[in-house]
Amino acid sequence: MARIIRVAGPLVEADGMRGNRMHEVVKVGDQGLIGEIIRLRADVASIQVYEETSGLKPNEPVAGTGRPLSVELGPGVLKSIYDGIQRPLDLIKKKAGDYLTKGVTVPAIDKDKKWDFSPKVKVGEKLVAGDIVGTIPETKVITNKVMVPPGMQGTVESIEEGKFRVEDTVCVLNDHGKKYNIASMQVWPVRRPRPFKEKLECNIPLISGQRVFDAFFPLAKGGTAAIPGPFGSGKTVSQHQLAKWVDAEVIIYVGCGERGNEMTEVLEEFPHLFDPKNNLPLMERTSLIANTSNMPVAAREASVYTGITLAEYYRDMGYNTALMADSTSRWAEAMREISGRLEEMPGEEGYPAYLASRLAEFYERSGRVICLGKDGRMSSSSIIGAVSPPGGDFSEPVTQNTLRVTQVFWALDAKLADRRHFPSINWLTSYSLYTDSLNDWFRKNVAEEYPSMRVEAMTILQKESELEEIVQLVGPDALPARERVVLDVARMLREDFLQQNAFNEIDTYCSPKKQYKMLKTILSFYAKAMVAVDKGMEPEEISKVSVIDNIAKMKYVAEDKFEEEYSTMLKKIDAELKG
Amino acid sequence: MVMEYKSIIGVAGPLMVVDKVKGVMYNEVVEIETGSGERKTGQVLDAMLDKAVVQVFEGTSNLDTRDTKARFLGETMKIAVSVDMLGRIFDGAGRPKDGLPPVVPEDRLDINGYPMNPAAREFPREFIQTGVSAIDALNTLVRGQKLPIFSGAGLPHNELAAQIARQAKVLGKEEEFAVVFAAMGITAGEAMFFRKDFERTGALERIVSFINLADDPTIERIITPRLALTTAEYLAFEKGMNVLVILTDMTNYCEALREISSAREEVPGRRGYPGYLYTDLSMSYERAGRIAGKKGTITQIPILTMPGDDITHPIPDLTGYITEGQIVLSRQLHRKGVYPPIDVLPCLSRLMNQGIGPNKTREDHKDVSNQIYAAYAEGRDLRDLVAVVGEEALTERDQKFLEFSERFESEFVNQDADEDRGIQDTLGVGWDLLSVIPERDLKRISPKWIEKYHPKNRKKE
Repeated sequence: MARIIRVAGPLVEADGMRGNRMHEVVKVGDQGLIGEIIRLRADVASIQVYEETSGLKPNEPVAGTGRPLSVELGPGVLKSIYDGIQRPLDLIKKKAGDYLTKGVTVPAIDKDKKWDFSPKVKVGEKLVAGDIVGTIPETKVITNKVMVPPGMQGTVESIEEGKFRVEDTVCVLNDHGKKYNIASMQVWPVRRPRPFKEKLECNIPLISGQRVFDAFFPLAKGGTAAIPGPFGSGKTVSQHQLAKWVDAEVIIYVGCGERGNEMTEVLEEFPHLFDPKNNLPLMERTSLIANTSNMPVAAREASVYTGITLAEYYRDMGYNTALMADSTSRWAEAMREISGRLEEMPGEEGYPAYLASRLAEFYERSGRVICLGKDGRMSSSSIIGAVSPPGGDFSEPVTQNTLRVTQVFWALDAKLADRRHFPSINWLTSYSLYTDSLNDWFRKNVAEEYPSMRVEAMTILQKESELEEIVQLVGPDALPARERVVLDVARMLREDFLQQNAFNEIDTYCSPKKQYKMLKTILSFYAKAMVAVDKGMEPEEISKVSVIDNIAKMKYVAEDKFEEEYSTMLKKIDAELKG
Repeated sequence: MVMEYKSIIGVAGPLMVVDKVKGVMYNEVVEIETGSGERKTGQVLDAMLDKAVVQVFEGTSNLDTRDTKARFLGETMKIAVSVDMLGRIFDGAGRPKDGLPPVVPEDRLDINGYPMNPAAREFPREFIQTGVSAIDALNTLVRGQKLPIFSGAGLPHNELAAQIARQAKVLGKEEEFAVVFAAMGITAGEAMFFRKDFERTGALERIVSFINLADDPTIERIITPRLALTTAEYLAFEKGMNVLVILTDMTNYCEALREISSAREEVPGRRGYPGYLYTDLSMSYERAGRIAGKKGTITQIPILTMPGDDITHPIPDLTGYITEGQIVLSRQLHRKGVYPPIDVLPCLSRLMNQGIGPNKTREDHKDVSNQIYAAYAEGRDLRDLVAVVGEEALTERDQKFLEFSERFESEFVNQDADEDRGIQDTLGVGWDLLSVIPERDLKRISPKWIEKYHPKNRKKE
């Protein structure tokens, strides 16, 4: 019989495990703690345990379950808060109190709740994997689509309508005599990507309403982005802002090894925040995975896989999904901790040698795809990973290996954060490899000249950083007039465009149209000021014109009033900068 | 079920290996008796079928492999808790140090505690007035927050911590904080300072102290913060008190952790600290907070000295990633004679936004704070410039910012160790200083507040 022979931290060794498979889920000890086999040697298995191991003893039993670590996918996933292995924290609280004790089992999805199922197919229709058999209104925003699970197909033999539990059969398929019962719930192993038909080019932006992201370093739907930064540089606020405002239909937020209060903040805040598109609470489209830093480290390792699998599930229905992982460094550290306990040969800084391949595999689960099924619906899953480099040093292994696979790099800068420039994204070091493929979209949907304006603005900021070096030596007064205008306009770009106040009702979200007009105003000012200087207007006079005050406050002008303010500003620029 | 063994087969550093054991639990408590009758306590770190590795808290000297007895107590480590602990002083392992008898336990609790369910937490929102302007106005502490002080050797972090412990209060509520004070590896002098300060202000009877001095056993420091936090949890969530926990010095705690890790020959992470340092620290820090539906709260102020004043050192670095902000002390300001020498630029309070504003502090608080930050950062930059080109080369506007940054340090940050500056006064000083710079540069402040609070407009009334 399988039994524990050693307990050391989150790692347990058991013998008598011949026949159990790698990555199989096992029940450990008298309390049946959940664990996963991560190494097999003859009949000894090394098991990472997803719960606290204090009090566990050698000789206690271990039992295999015969299945890999999996999640339950079905209506009820949205609006939930799960731990790293999809145990619902709110229900655990009801059952076990304010603290996470051991051996509590609660189903991930409510098995008793009845959902309204409306069929979308008729008896006799031929279906393939991915085809939608019916729909369930899961939340006020998201309609759950019950799909034929991967690997199944056939002719519809029967189809139901009405109220059903998630495990009830709603449709029976007959594939040449072989019958498949389809329920609204599927089970899927977290470490295996869910299949799709084809990957597409990422050429539609994921609009976040954050100027520095959308205008300067845009992310595409189905793309990947990394936000590295030292503590206090605004990683979490940026992640929260993205989770609130990106124009994805479903958001999966993974709090991986981070602060408990941050998850509480999301839980308390999201039900009261309203999506600008449909005016419904943001929680209606969100699912949270919270494995805080003090929760068992092995479950932290699993949490990002759980998250991406949930995201893929909604992607397969045809929704654009976005996953925020905060922070992938804690995930990497969990890998390091387990690897260290397994006494594996360490790679760089003690991280396991497979760190790079695990990160790459994870980010590759993003993409814009054609889903399975005959209707050829398109959707995407985007991944935004926060990285917490030790000491803010970007040369460390997790940041470097992440940058090798992600296409957008939003570099957070502690110096900007110190002076309360938020979001503290460094505009000189950040980049987006999607800019070219997204230019067409911006030309068509925002303005023909928008891409070239971005280049112009970046040039001004680049010029500023060169001039700063000279100013450090000779003082600003010694600069020629044109250069002083560059400095003034660069400051305007930084303070009045790039800085965005996440805590201001209006400024927290800025539509692409408003972004364009704001940038256009500043660049018009720049062009006119340059002409004025050439005609002999002094830089001091320019810095005193009153339109500067309008520009400084334009971010706080509401979207519906902005058109008016925009034309006022342009008129003022014309009038005041005549030279 | 208590099992006793004499089969000790190895002693190395802080660890002891016991052979031929049966049914030993992971994290089980072990009572050790040496040949000469000396008693020590240990905890199982690695439980195998027939062997157990035990870390010994009081050090392994005098242990031998013939006469030493190890008793496995059949439970994980527990502490006896009671409200009578208030006013008492214990050593780092929880034994009375004040000559009084042990407390009569009301409950016995596992010192490792359990992680708080994130779904059971309530977000901290209540402003704590510490009476220290640099904290109250710019890096506000709220009830249930964990806000560490990053200091360096020789800086007045103890004075600041004592001042906070003395002055902390929630406006509009009369109740005082109960303080749980855990000292790890501090000197007798420092311990004396705290005790005198607590006595002088009559605060002693609302303080529980756990003191592990610099010459006390190193490994004992591993359990000191756990004892303190378990006590705090009991007082807060069972007895409904608002508890302020001061942990000093976390650097010594981490050193002890490193000692055990190297004795176990584990693969080291950065600078020889174990790879699980982050997880281990979070198990202490995350024990701060509020629980929905419970009256009590735990606010934590860990103090750590940054080796070589290096904020990127693993200890402050990992701490900063877990805690909700940090207060950073600066040697430069200390040399200038500024007390408390808080360098506000690298400081942060992540929970500040939720704890300030109308009905909590004042409606203009947030704007004023942002403006002070921006202006001070600009003034600091100009100092470097002045060093090269001289003050005359600055524009009039820049000179104002320079003046602001100087006066900010000497009038706003600087205050008496006994000065309890209320939040209204603090904001008042802030406005006086801000009036130095041109009004059109007060971009971070809403025009409404300028009209209402700017000294220029105040005089008109």
